[in-house]
Amino acid sequence: MAMTITEKILAAHAGKDNVSPGELVRVNVDLALANDITAPLAIEVFEGLGTGQVFDKEKIALVPDHFVPNKDMQSAQQVKLTREFAQRHGIRHFFELGQAGIEHVILPEKGLVVPGELVIGADSHTCTYGALGAFSTGVGSTDLGAIMATGMTWLKVPSSIRLIYEGVLPPWVGGKDLILHTLGLLGVSGAVYRALEFTGEVVGELSMSDRLTMANMAVEAGAKNGIFEPDGIAEEYMAGRSDRTGIFFKSDPDAVYEKEFRIRVDDMGPQVALPHSPDRVRPIDEIGTVPLDQVFLGSCTNGRLEDLRDAAVLLEGRRVAVGIRFIVIPGSPLIYREAIEEGIIQTFLDAGAVIGPPCCGPCLGGHMGILAEGERALSTSNRNFMGRMGHPGSEVYLASPVVAAASAVEGRIASPAEL
Amino acid sequence: MKIVGRAWCFGDHVDTDLIIPGRYLNVSDRDELAKHCFADLRPEFVRDLSPGDVVVAGVNFGCGSSREQAPLAMKAAGVGAVVAKGFARIFYRNAFNIGLPILESEEAAEQIGEGKRVSIDLSTGAIVETGNGTCFSARPIPDFMRAILKQGGLVNYLKSTGGRI
Repeated sequence: MAMTITEKILAAHAGKDNVSPGELVRVNVDLALANDITAPLAIEVFEGLGTGQVFDKEKIALVPDHFVPNKDMQSAQQVKLTREFAQRHGIRHFFELGQAGIEHVILPEKGLVVPGELVIGADSHTCTYGALGAFSTGVGSTDLGAIMATGMTWLKVPSSIRLIYEGVLPPWVGGKDLILHTLGLLGVSGAVYRALEFTGEVVGELSMSDRLTMANMAVEAGAKNGIFEPDGIAEEYMAGRSDRTGIFFKSDPDAVYEKEFRIRVDDMGPQVALPHSPDRVRPIDEIGTVPLDQVFLGSCTNGRLEDLRDAAVLLEGRRVAVGIRFIVIPGSPLIYREAIEEGIIQTFLDAGAVIGPPCCGPCLGGHMGILAEGERALSTSNRNFMGRMGHPGSEVYLASPVVAAASAVEGRIASPAEL
Repeated sequence: MKIVGRAWCFGDHVDTDLIIPGRYLNVSDRDELAKHCFADLRPEFVRDLSPGDVVVAGVNFGCGSSREQAPLAMKAAGVGAVVAKGFARIFYRNAFNIGLPILESEEAAEQIGEGKRVSIDLSTGAIVETGNGTCFSARPIPDFMRAILKQGGLVNYLKSTGGRI
């Protein structure tokens, strides 16, 4: 029976030869993930189940990243509870401040996810690891607590939507623009319960960083997972990170897709999502003059070294516009270090940016750059819901790192081509 | 089990940031979370809600963040059930897992107006607008999900099965 890559991974983890969309399957989980917001509730559930021990202390990752360094007493309590749980159960992959960064940046970076695996995380952006050819999806804390106890969960096999990207990417257009454009096409509920499979000649040329950005935002269309077939680029990325090679599943040529979209990229320009929804996407040259108060470069969507590097190239010898707060947050300590070594951080500082420690930062309105009433920000993150980054009367526009850099310099939403 | 209350109507794509904004996620205490339910969208919600009131919404209810604090806050605030045209998948799982009744019905979500009295029979999925007697039926839920709901959530369900998912 012909299957998609998503169906093959689910079948392999359900101990079945094949599975079909709509089928409920019980699957083994290779890695369970939670953060400082979701772990405390999951721990409560785990303890309520009374199994006494976790299913596998090597297969749980706990990454405090949302409100760290602890922003207040309550957050400190949440992290303390998570840390003590990790110590008590000998959880190997607990990431303390100094080693910790953004969960979805850290896990691929440390080789904790390899192609063909099944990862469940108590965070909606767990879908990021589809970039590596893994099946990964988000759940809530109760599901995660049950997984910590049993190592298993149930899933409904999703039908798949195939996205075929064709043509040649123009300058200043990358993974963020492709996924924003796709969200505009699908809408925020266009892929609810579905798998998004990213394919086509353009995808073969995309860096792992671009793929991680795209898979990260699959959930913004409501998708269960977003996935790329692992190839040479995935293999190269994995080299030196993990001693596990994983399984490089591919979709069968005659696999069944619920829908297919062909997307020509040749004439695409940088894309921007307007407030208050990630599917209100327009090409940058159609949005007019939008003055800004703040620009944020970072997050699990665009906080990797390539993102910082792309932005720094544009900032070389330039200054952030007067009145703009430009916040840069590297996604991990390693990225921070490499950005220092490459001179990227120096470039940001010279331009007038402020650099934050690796964490989610202002993305979810937690800390390190909250917006006041009436303020407007451009962010490289993934969500621009009402009040997402602060006051409900503030506005967030989403775009790529190069648009963020150009906009910081111009003080309004600007295309890198304008510099 | 019957739920009786007034309808609170919302639109499409109500995200979990709107149900409970990120700035309130620094605690896990249900009663504390409940105080901030719909804080930005409808500041009067918690103050004016009576236990058993029903949230009525459009498509993709609960989209965005996986935060289980969203259904927990609604349940702790006294919401009896959510009737929507459709739910985002993580919210759907979370609601069952914590024992917040949710029902899918395009017609009910379309026709029930703000403040109307609603009566819901969870065993049959019948949703009745008591003022005019209009009856709607919710989309049936898989047996497996029904068993979770019957046990009051995933934790009790797993205890009843001896830890078997």
